[in-house]
Amino acid sequence: MNLASLSASYLRARPLNTALSLLLLSLGVATIVLLVLVVGQLEERMSRDARGIDLVVGAKGSPMQLILAGIYHADAPTGNIPLAAVQAFRKNRLVRKVIPLALGDGWKGFRIVGAGHEYLEHYGAKPAAGRLWDKPMEVVLGAEVAARTGVGVGARFAGAHGITGQGEEHGAAPYDVVGVLGRTGSVLDRLVLTSVESVWRVHEEEHGPEDEADRKALEEDREVTVLLLQYASPLAAAMLPRQINSQSELQAASPAYETARLFRIVGVGVEAMRAFAIVLIVAAALSVFIALYTALEERRYDLAVMRTLGAAPGRLFGLLIMEGVVLAALGTLIGLALGHALASTLGAWLESQQQYPVTGLAWRAEELWLAAVALGVGLIAALLPAWRAYRTDVSRTLARG
Amino acid sequence: MICVRGLAHRYASTDVLRLPEWRVAQGERWLVLGPSGCGKTTLLHVIAGLVRPTEGEVSVSATDLRKLHGAQLDRWRGATVGIVLQALHLVRHLTVRDNLRLAQYMARAPQDDARIADVLAALGVADKASRRPPDLSEGERQRVAIARAVVNRPKLLLADEPTANLDDAAAAGAVDLLVGQAERHGATLVVATHDARVKQKFERRLELSA
Repeated sequence: MNLASLSASYLRARPLNTALSLLLLSLGVATIVLLVLVVGQLEERMSRDARGIDLVVGAKGSPMQLILAGIYHADAPTGNIPLAAVQAFRKNRLVRKVIPLALGDGWKGFRIVGAGHEYLEHYGAKPAAGRLWDKPMEVVLGAEVAARTGVGVGARFAGAHGITGQGEEHGAAPYDVVGVLGRTGSVLDRLVLTSVESVWRVHEEEHGPEDEADRKALEEDREVTVLLLQYASPLAAAMLPRQINSQSELQAASPAYETARLFRIVGVGVEAMRAFAIVLIVAAALSVFIALYTALEERRYDLAVMRTLGAAPGRLFGLLIMEGVVLAALGTLIGLALGHALASTLGAWLESQQQYPVTGLAWRAEELWLAAVALGVGLIAALLPAWRAYRTDVSRTLARG
Repeated sequence: MICVRGLAHRYASTDVLRLPEWRVAQGERWLVLGPSGCGKTTLLHVIAGLVRPTEGEVSVSATDLRKLHGAQLDRWRGATVGIVLQALHLVRHLTVRDNLRLAQYMARAPQDDARIADVLAALGVADKASRRPPDLSEGERQRVAIARAVVNRPKLLLADEPTANLDDAAAAGAVDLLVGQAERHGATLVVATHDARVKQKFERRLELSA
């Protein structure tokens, strides 16, 4: 017997009260854990995907859509821009790096992205099997694409029109898989990568092998979808966006600004859930307090008896505090487990939707704080009951009954 | 063993107990008699160190209780005194064994299951060790309460109205158990009662008047 087992026995002796306190506390903790995990992982992923990209240039439209399509591959692109723009930015002294991307097709729900090898270098991606493409119509699969489709080097498939690959198939122009990338933890894991030329060729094949003049015309009209830019100097941040946005066909969007805006919008929902979780935790604290306080009346003889058996008042204080802390610790543990289980479930669902992956297996530093706060809540809720137990007047209590 | 001098205790300026002098030698068996409200329970609480008297000297087992403060007094009580309370007050949700373990734990004595089994066997309730108090008969509960009081081998065994709710046979049995356990542990026994049936078992009596 010790203080913990004795307090646990009192908690077991009133199962309904204990269950209610545990339920409220664990739901509150689980909600916060889920928020911390999802928001934290999402922010981490989004900032990793946008690292080193200062500006996204594309067709006019919504700047947020441009960012979502160009960096995160989570929205439809705003349109295409002429290939000539790439050359113009490559010559621009304010720009250190230009990564043009050609979007438009998909395969089994994954996007096919036409890009240069520099796109892979930007994210530090290297082939885990096979090699990178060096001719049109060769593709490299992101790690998750390979894992989820079970397709490897040597396979051949046809992309389909539309970024999710639900449209009409480009059967006449199949792709050959020449490599699979190692996992990068970035957006590349969920992409099928090929050269920009491949994307052009797929769409030109549609028009059939017509005469040379037509082909020339098509080649002159070649377009890309977005350009990812890296500034050469801080001066660029002041000048480039304004310059670009004043042109009639182009639009520039800053990932830092747009993602911050996105999180401000999402943040309202997050804050509302956080407030709800705090309400749950406060309710749990009240429930612990009321349970301990009302139980004091029926326990006054037990407490007095413990004093006759030689317990100092401090021991009774400790017993009640321990009950609050044991409740809080159990509630926290259940809440943490529940939060992680929910995050895993959500992660599995998001993965089936080919959305941003969320895992319940990762831990975050905030959870330690959360556990400390939850334990503190249990302790504070037990303080007044514990003080009453400390002040038990043994002689009078026993004389009454 | 017990030495009381000039003892007076008041609640809200009303005398509830007055005892000019009382001496008890080690191993003696005493009966404290008197009508309800004469201060029997208060006297037991005073010599158990549960309440500090308004006036007077109390020393028990060569310890001047006035010199013990706070937790020292609790520790002394746990090591020296075993108490059988009138309403028994076993902890309802703990098994009989755990009620005795609680006594060892609260007195900071080693938790000794062999000792617990031994004491329960001596009181004839060994087979109830895993039961909880509400499942026991009144007589069995009384035996468990006595077991809890003696499990730490107290030098002083106190009992407050141990026969109050018992019929003649059970009352005689309870007193025999108390006396027997006091003898077995070489403890001084003080029983407070207003029950006339108990008188013949004790040679030494302290009469308190209201």
